[in-house]
Amino acid sequence: MKKKLGVYICHCGGNISDYIDVEKVRAAIENEEGVFLAKTTMFACSDATQKEMVQDIETNDLDGLVVASCSPKLHLITFRAVTERAQLNKYNYVHANIREQGSWAHSDDKEGATEKAVQLVKAAVAKVRLSKSLEPIKIPSKKAVVIIGAGIAGMRAAIELAHMGCPVTLIERDHFTGGRVAQWDILFTSDQTGREIVSRLYNEINNSKNITLLTGAEVISNKGSIGNFRLQVKIKPRYIKDHFDDDKLKKVIAVCPVEVPDEYNFNVTNRKAIYQNPGQYPKYPVIDIKNCTRCGECEKVCDNIDFSLKEEVIEVEAGSILVATGFDPYIPQDGEFGYNEIDNVITLPQFKRLIDLCHNDLLFNGKAIKSIAYIYCVGSRQSEGENKYCSRYCCTSAIHTSIQVKKNFKNVKNFHFTRGIRTYGKQELLYYESQKDGDIYLQSYEENPLMVSTENGKICVKINDILTGNREISVEPDLVVLVTGIVPRSDTSISQIFKLPGGRDRFFNEIHPKLRPVETVIDGITIAGTCQGPKNVTESLNSGLSAATKSFSLVNKGELELEPIIAEIDKNKCTWCGECEKACPFDAIRMVKQGDKDVAAINNSVCKGCGMCLPVCPVNAINLISYSDKEIESMIDSLAGKG
Amino acid sequence: MNRRSASILVFSTEKISDPAIDMAGLLKLHYPPTVYTISVPCSSGIKPRWILHAYNKGFDGVFIAADGSDCTFGESCTEKTGNIVSKTHEIMKEKKLDPARLRMAAICSVCSESFVKQIKSFNEYLLKTIKS
Repeated sequence: MKKKLGVYICHCGGNISDYIDVEKVRAAIENEEGVFLAKTTMFACSDATQKEMVQDIETNDLDGLVVASCSPKLHLITFRAVTERAQLNKYNYVHANIREQGSWAHSDDKEGATEKAVQLVKAAVAKVRLSKSLEPIKIPSKKAVVIIGAGIAGMRAAIELAHMGCPVTLIERDHFTGGRVAQWDILFTSDQTGREIVSRLYNEINNSKNITLLTGAEVISNKGSIGNFRLQVKIKPRYIKDHFDDDKLKKVIAVCPVEVPDEYNFNVTNRKAIYQNPGQYPKYPVIDIKNCTRCGECEKVCDNIDFSLKEEVIEVEAGSILVATGFDPYIPQDGEFGYNEIDNVITLPQFKRLIDLCHNDLLFNGKAIKSIAYIYCVGSRQSEGENKYCSRYCCTSAIHTSIQVKKNFKNVKNFHFTRGIRTYGKQELLYYESQKDGDIYLQSYEENPLMVSTENGKICVKINDILTGNREISVEPDLVVLVTGIVPRSDTSISQIFKLPGGRDRFFNEIHPKLRPVETVIDGITIAGTCQGPKNVTESLNSGLSAATKSFSLVNKGELELEPIIAEIDKNKCTWCGECEKACPFDAIRMVKQGDKDVAAINNSVCKGCGMCLPVCPVNAINLISYSDKEIESMIDSLAGKG
Repeated sequence: MNRRSASILVFSTEKISDPAIDMAGLLKLHYPPTVYTISVPCSSGIKPRWILHAYNKGFDGVFIAADGSDCTFGESCTEKTGNIVSKTHEIMKEKKLDPARLRMAAICSVCSESFVKQIKSFNEYLLKTIKS
């Protein structure tokens, strides 16, 4: 039993100590059996405190360590590393979670939260008193990464992994890569078009031997876990065989009688059932089989059409999964600032496509557009509902678009109805340029929102402008552009397959926004791009690089260290009844002779440490390392206040 | 029983239900502070003697936040965890303990709200039925 334990209780800034009296916790546990020193610290994870812990362990020859702080998902590895630096076996460290399961869960009851923290730390002390030095088990990890989503974050991550020599399977549900960025024209700050960026990334992917790109492909199940994910992927056919030239494509498109709203242009135009979007890759048309009427007209003019092609399901294996599934643009509700009820009210993504499609004159519904009202924060920063967050990209995007409009078309006036501009960093230059160029900025608070109505057949936008002392100002624009934000994907299949949790904003949740920004609570799965939360293009690319590096670190060595948690048989107690052998899903238990007695034996290399054999043993001859009866029951004693 | 909240021991699992319980905290979904968690690798490895030990030491209720069908150790987890609960219920009956003081629900890694709802309902049941 350990006799010289160090215990550290973290304030976590105020995340813990605002609700839990950490000094009271320290005082309550400092005289527990085996506790040699007990300290509170502002940030246990800081370099300074980690160094102090190492020094304390070495100076005092501590034989066990407890840190009471945030979830072990965040810092278990950090503090195990501390013990290793101090030459103390890392399995002599026990973590007490007094933030997620303490101060945050009970922020409504400070006294109760403090009392709970005392018991949790006492239970951790009870466990570490009985801990043993162990060595981790090593298992092979497949050196391959699956990336789900071939938008820019996923594409950039794939290229980075390929450069590091890692095989990548890049899976895209759509038939084309590039995601949303493929739909954008000129971007800020580089003046490149979105299509140019996508084209460059696609060419790199196409030229890489390490990347397998699957388009029209959807993950439908997963059977594995970190080191050995086994995914089933359904691949939809394009119903096209072999490449064909642009002239042939034009002919086929011309004869197709079907017209449906074109998602690429956010439904401001229609497309045919056979289509290929400009600037999207691979440059290979597809038949939208849901809307195709199978009239046969295309087959008459083109022998590359093949309706006999079938869906197929393939299995893909990987050591790590990188999820980069992107976002959905916010679609305003009917009547929200006149959307779908007043003519000439459109969203920013629709407007951006419209500008790209118009050449000499800016026209909408056949009418020349000379004045535009931009209404900001539609679907973002909402006081009611789920979208309380800022979508980050939209202020910059709207201002950039308004500048492009003036550059591309003559005599256009821009009126910006904002709730405070958030063009952070270098993007502030755009705001300055727009103001210098004569754009008018008006602002209102959320409790006094502006109104969009029609008066005498004209659109009217009215605002009580706080920048001019709440004066009521009306504008009669030709077009209203709703600067819509971004929302999480409505398709939750990936979340369900991998059980990836979302945060309060419903985007996928990282373990910690600063310390572990691309890791999820599901081991081996990283996240990148806007599936994690609002980001602009640069931020998405950066997160793609970050997630690629993290995923690579999990598969690079070809093996992973697992907890040495395996079952142990007390051969003196065992009378071999065979129940444990039946319960083990991994065939890790077999009967062996011990003298003239039959007993159970564990195959250590096969045992996964699930513990399924424990409760079926009629003589209680099996324990799991680190979860023995003694350890669990001593924790229960402490939690019950009877320790 | 004249208490605001019952004492509940939760057996959670490191990979599946622990993240959900952590996220309940992150989302500030409050539940009684007399709910304590012990993490184990898999809910099908919980021994009935641990559950009975908790009652002996004064816990009002034990809640198993089970892996359910998401268990990384295999599909048999749900059935095996169910068997542990049934077996423990039988022992509890023999010992004149109300079997309803042991509850189990599958709590997946995104089931924070479900966890809090289950715990609140269990707490209410225990406060109503257990006399101090």
